[in-house]
Amino acid sequence: MFKQWSKFIAIFLSAFALTLTIAACTGSSTNSQSPTTGNSPAGGADSITVYTALEDDQISGYLESFEQANPNTEVNIVRDSTGVVTAKLLAEKDNPQADVVWGLAVSSLLVADEQGMLEPYAPQGLEQVQAQFRDEANPPHWVGIDAWMSAFCVNTIEAEKKNLPIPQSWDDLIKPEYKGQIVMSNPASSGTGFLSVSAILQLKGEEAGWTYLDALHENVAQYMHSGSKPCKAAGAGEYPIGISFDYRAIKQKNDGEPIEAVFPREGSGWDIEANALVKKADIKEASRTFLDWAISDEVSKKYAESFPITAVQTDVPIPAGYPADPLKQLIPNDFKWAAANRDAILTEWTERYDSKSEPKSS
Amino acid sequence: MTSSPSTHPTFLQRLFPPQVKQITTREDWFMRVLLILGTVWLLVGVVFPLYPMVMRSFQDTSGNGVGLANYARYLSTPALAISLVNTFYIAIASTLVSVIFGFIYAYALTRTRMFGKPVFRILGILPLYIPPLAHAIGLIYLFGNKGLVTTGVLGWLPGWDINLYGANGIIIGESLYCFPQAVVIMITALSLTDARLYEAADVLRSSPLRTFFTVTLPSVKYGLMSAIFVCFTLAFTDFGVPKVVGGNFNVLATDIYKQVIGQQNFSMGATISVFLLIPTVAAFVVDRIVQRRQTALVSAKAVPFQPKPNPVLDWTMFGICTLIAAFAVIVFATIIFASLVQVWPYNLALGLKHYDFSRVGGGGYAAYWNSIRMSLYTAIFGTIAVFIGAYLVEKGRGLGWLRAINYFLSTIPLALPGLVLGLAYVFFFNNPTWFNGTVYNPFHWLYGTMAILVVCNVIHFYTVCFLTANTSLKQIDPEFESVSASMSVPFYKTFWRVTVPLSLPAILEIGIYYFINAMVTISAIIFLYPPTLPLAAVAIVNMDDAGDVAAAAAMSTLIVCTSIGVRLLYWFLTRGLQKRTQAWLQQ
Repeated sequence: MFKQWSKFIAIFLSAFALTLTIAACTGSSTNSQSPTTGNSPAGGADSITVYTALEDDQISGYLESFEQANPNTEVNIVRDSTGVVTAKLLAEKDNPQADVVWGLAVSSLLVADEQGMLEPYAPQGLEQVQAQFRDEANPPHWVGIDAWMSAFCVNTIEAEKKNLPIPQSWDDLIKPEYKGQIVMSNPASSGTGFLSVSAILQLKGEEAGWTYLDALHENVAQYMHSGSKPCKAAGAGEYPIGISFDYRAIKQKNDGEPIEAVFPREGSGWDIEANALVKKADIKEASRTFLDWAISDEVSKKYAESFPITAVQTDVPIPAGYPADPLKQLIPNDFKWAAANRDAILTEWTERYDSKSEPKSS
Repeated sequence: MTSSPSTHPTFLQRLFPPQVKQITTREDWFMRVLLILGTVWLLVGVVFPLYPMVMRSFQDTSGNGVGLANYARYLSTPALAISLVNTFYIAIASTLVSVIFGFIYAYALTRTRMFGKPVFRILGILPLYIPPLAHAIGLIYLFGNKGLVTTGVLGWLPGWDINLYGANGIIIGESLYCFPQAVVIMITALSLTDARLYEAADVLRSSPLRTFFTVTLPSVKYGLMSAIFVCFTLAFTDFGVPKVVGGNFNVLATDIYKQVIGQQNFSMGATISVFLLIPTVAAFVVDRIVQRRQTALVSAKAVPFQPKPNPVLDWTMFGICTLIAAFAVIVFATIIFASLVQVWPYNLALGLKHYDFSRVGGGGYAAYWNSIRMSLYTAIFGTIAVFIGAYLVEKGRGLGWLRAINYFLSTIPLALPGLVLGLAYVFFFNNPTWFNGTVYNPFHWLYGTMAILVVCNVIHFYTVCFLTANTSLKQIDPEFESVSASMSVPFYKTFWRVTVPLSLPAILEIGIYYFINAMVTISAIIFLYPPTLPLAAVAIVNMDDAGDVAAAAAMSTLIVCTSIGVRLLYWFLTRGLQKRTQAWLQQ
């Protein structure tokens, strides 16, 4: 027993000494050492790392058809809220870990594109994608898959108990009776939070927009990490009203939770969920295959089961609970403006509302 | 911990004393090499990673030096500076609550003839098996806006709203988290006493209260200091509880998370880490200085204390302990209940729906198995590393200064918050080169592997295990080594045949301690884990972030049941082993 042990130590020791020697040698010959590609989670040619902000309960359903068609490609999904994925992408600019971005807000992708991080690529079937859902450049830097918009989740049981009328518009939300009854996503971490804030600033103009957000802040009990959490909190009755997004509201309603999906009268903020190829030294063929698949008819039908507006038009009927003409619900959204001002808006927002005061519940 | 120039020569002189006459055998060299290796391991695991992290706090996001600009920005942003005050507030409050209750609880267990002590002993440390995040989730289901208490068990009783989200929730959660630590420390402190002191007090007709303040409290002051230090550090640096029930009440730990995960601003994360590090290191230094003054209270002539029956005291204590234990049990039971309820609070039918993790984030059962694997590796390699390390320090020969350094390095991890350690590891191991690309980083390959997670866990919980091993080794008579040496039995044979079997209880305790802590820990690994290795405790954070609180409760239940199950299995399997190796103690 002990012999093995001492042998192990001897081997370990010599390995260690060898490492040190090598380290010392390469240290003196410096720059010839090219930095390795970091912690690329899986090194094989048939494995790709996909950054996405799609919902957890959508991803596995979407991916099924890709896995069937490409059984040998291993897809490592890195999923988080829009703000987190964006920040991660930008932080890794010099050493990108992602191969593909799938379903990330265009206002975020434009920021990455601005930094030259996206490789133009025209996926197969691009002609099917409606023009307003893809980058104008040819080949495009990004290609959209669907659009999502802000919606309120209102818990009907709790609203009735507390005698709260169901809010129908953004302006309703700042009425004093809703004090401490509203939860909303934090725009710094959540794409849904950002599109709501950006919608208010575009609808009302910057000055009036911030005044409105000040008033809304008085009614907000908590700012939450993700776009879906406010709706889930509303569904559990923890808070009666959550400012969230369409898919989440309608999904929970259809799952039997006491949720009313409200599309605000002034219109909804919205964004396109889009894909892009990450610019890096070794772009894998599997990445392109993935992007081709991501706008295929097959998966677009799946998108259409979640969202009424998809980039590739399908024959799937608009899911129950949506307005009959969802396009009319969308406000005119200037993505270029949103992307250019994203940083400034978030800084301003964080300074004004993040942690400045304790939650003022009831 | 590099040696300063002034002490360097003395070290060298001690390393090569001019008039050395001792015969240094090959065996001695072997031990020295091991000791040096052990020191290198601690330096790489504990000290070196801190350097790039502290440096990073003086740089902007692209790595240019900016002096103190990050600190200035942090302190001048009111929202961020508030966090500092908030953190002190909740840490001090939680420390007070957990240490006071912990003291009462431990006092009842050691100094009274309370009914049902064995049960209370087990229930008192139950919260150890529950991740702090899970405590917070339990609190939501009890005191949240739709919690059982807030709504009066869903409308049967008058409700009680404690305004959970914010400071209140954090303090309750942290107190639950710190309480068992305080209990364990206080039990040890209160057990070591000399009954003769109490007999003397009795003879002198001192009132029980006076005896308590003049005999009991002074005799446990070092334990009390330790408990305060441990609880303060835990509450000050924990991030799980504030993350879940903090609402808009920000603390340093959640700030670091927001900066690093939310904004990927590693420089600001490093800056806040330094703020987190300063008070914990200060507490650590104070604790070390105080503990050094401790002298042996229990001499060889000490008489063990036997509490006398005292119905009033015993039953009062029974009442208080029942309340405390009941609270811990209720929180745990609530977590399990919430994980089984279909749609809280509207459909209370029970089912296993939330245990199907395929529709939620975090990695589901893959994460659960990864956590078990990681905890197992941590238990095995951690125990080996700690025990050999403690052996070399306690029983090694020669190189006394190096053993002293080794001892000191082994105690540092206690002062390092998990978030800081994890972030430091990111900076240290992720970089392919050091010093602006002049030196190749020989440890870079570890980054993003299971190995680095295990190393991080081993270091994170190193100190407690090290001290356990150290205490146990101190109890073994050094004569064994002398006799072996005079019979020219090499030290490693003595180690394997005498030391290890004698210390087996301690070794087994260390193993299980590592396993349980690796199962529940979040702070140290949340920045380190690669996307290919999701982990169960981290999955709780992801699920909670997405709003899937019931699934988070389900994952918490799995973790807790696994830890308790492993604990029971372990106890069952090692019972025989312990009996055999410890038979010599009972004559």
